[in-house]
Amino acid sequence: MSQTTLNSRQRWLRPLLICTGVVLTLLLLVVPLVFIFVAAFSAGIGGVWRNLAEPDMLHAIGLTLLVAGLTVPINLVFGTLIAWCVTRFSFPGRRLLLTLIDIPFAVSPVVAGLLYLLLYGSNGPFASLLDQHDVQLMFAWPGLVMVTVFVSCPFVVRELVPLMSTLGTEQEEAAVLLGASGWQVFWHITLPNIRWALLYGVILTNARAVGEFGAVSVVSGTIRGQTNTLPLHIELLQQDYNTAGAFIAAALLTLIAIATLVVKAFLQWKLARQE
Amino acid sequence: MTFYRSNNSKRVLPGFGISLGSSLFFISLVILLPITGLVVQTAELSWAQYWAIISDPRVVASYKVTASAAAVASIFNLFFGLLMAWILTRYRFPGRVLLDGLMDLPFALPTAVAGLTLAAVFSTQGWFGQYLALWDIKVSYAWLGIVVAMTFTSVPFVVRTVQPVLEEFGPEYEEASAALGASPLQTFFKVILPEIKPALLTGTALSFTRSLGEFGAVIFIAGNLPWQTEVTSLMIFVRLQEFDYAAAAAIASVVLLVSLVLLFIINGMQQRYQHITGGPK
Repeated sequence: MSQTTLNSRQRWLRPLLICTGVVLTLLLLVVPLVFIFVAAFSAGIGGVWRNLAEPDMLHAIGLTLLVAGLTVPINLVFGTLIAWCVTRFSFPGRRLLLTLIDIPFAVSPVVAGLLYLLLYGSNGPFASLLDQHDVQLMFAWPGLVMVTVFVSCPFVVRELVPLMSTLGTEQEEAAVLLGASGWQVFWHITLPNIRWALLYGVILTNARAVGEFGAVSVVSGTIRGQTNTLPLHIELLQQDYNTAGAFIAAALLTLIAIATLVVKAFLQWKLARQE
Repeated sequence: MTFYRSNNSKRVLPGFGISLGSSLFFISLVILLPITGLVVQTAELSWAQYWAIISDPRVVASYKVTASAAAVASIFNLFFGLLMAWILTRYRFPGRVLLDGLMDLPFALPTAVAGLTLAAVFSTQGWFGQYLALWDIKVSYAWLGIVVAMTFTSVPFVVRTVQPVLEEFGPEYEEASAALGASPLQTFFKVILPEIKPALLTGTALSFTRSLGEFGAVIFIAGNLPWQTEVTSLMIFVRLQEFDYAAAAAIASVVLLVSLVLLFIINGMQQRYQHITGGPK
């Protein structure tokens, strides 16, 4: 153990650093986390129940699940294809492709929303085409899905690329030489190797999809009972001075966040064992 | 793309065409096309109009608020992240695994929840705010609130970039340094810091980039007073609500350009320390 070899001058350092880190984490992360649930339950169990049963709240929950339910499969499929492409083949522009897929992480969510609003909104180049077919993308649920796909698309790629690079291609090549089809290779060789990392990417995508605020607030128009996701509903409730209601919605999202962290810890443990 | 296939004889695995095709399709449709839309929209403005919009005094005030708050937040996270990465990799103590897991909370927690909660905790009646009020420190609905929100949402960056490097680096070097009579400070500055510097800088730059664009957490706590606590993301939003799409696009183009430049710098820096952690992260 490293501690035993430290000389006596350094002995005070360890407890000092640990205490500072723990205290700062408590103040910065844990206290706010506890406060969410204290504030949510300030209305009492009955209040929590009443707020949850509000039609607008139920609609916001449903819409949030719909958006996440569509975003996750889209990013799962395309994320896997992109990861396959950049780790299994070398071609000019490979690095550029990896940088491009990172753009959504660097772009401000409000800018992301605006990009889509300008393109598919009533002033955009597709306005007349969309009008002719009576399709409304912006200020409607398809727009919410589109921007959510944008902001959360790097997660699956980012989890898969390092793992698939490390795994190498020997097993897959052997399978091909033995006559396996492309689908058989993926299903029987690649997928079992990457499943935990893939699930990890899905969990992160889902967390972001459920909680996205900036991008969806630009394209949603926050129409109550129509285009209001749970994070947007928090803002509306707070503007209505229904603080307890806002914190109840926040507590729901926090539960999802905590579940995400627990699953994440489990998957990281699985991944570490795999390596 | 068949051209590339012919010059690579090692390509045994199937699916190059379909995976490259769908990757290009997805990236073009989801990422590149919308960015082109912004460029086209901005190009409709004359240079003078564009300059007038992006150098509007209220917008310039928002650049200053955003950049200064993001700088303070990422400098705090530089030190905090380094401390956390250090104690999580070098020490074993009860609760370490829980502490490690907690570091990801800001990424898992929706930003609106973070903003709502921090605003309440730091308000003058809040758990922290009531004590800070005794010293006349106002956090919620002030510039400091923006710093707090940005700090919270970008906590994991430095921790998660420095941690793998420290793990890989191992404590042997510090032990050798201490055994040879170096003080803890000497060991830190001469042995540890040079090795983790690229990762530390990358994490700080990521934290800064994220803070520049942060919106959800900030608007709940900032109070959003023109000239004082308006961030640039909010300025875009304000212009949109005025249906001034051209102005919104012009301001967004500035934000987008800054974040793309930062992204390319960060990607360059990451390549510099990948030899330590082995492979792209």
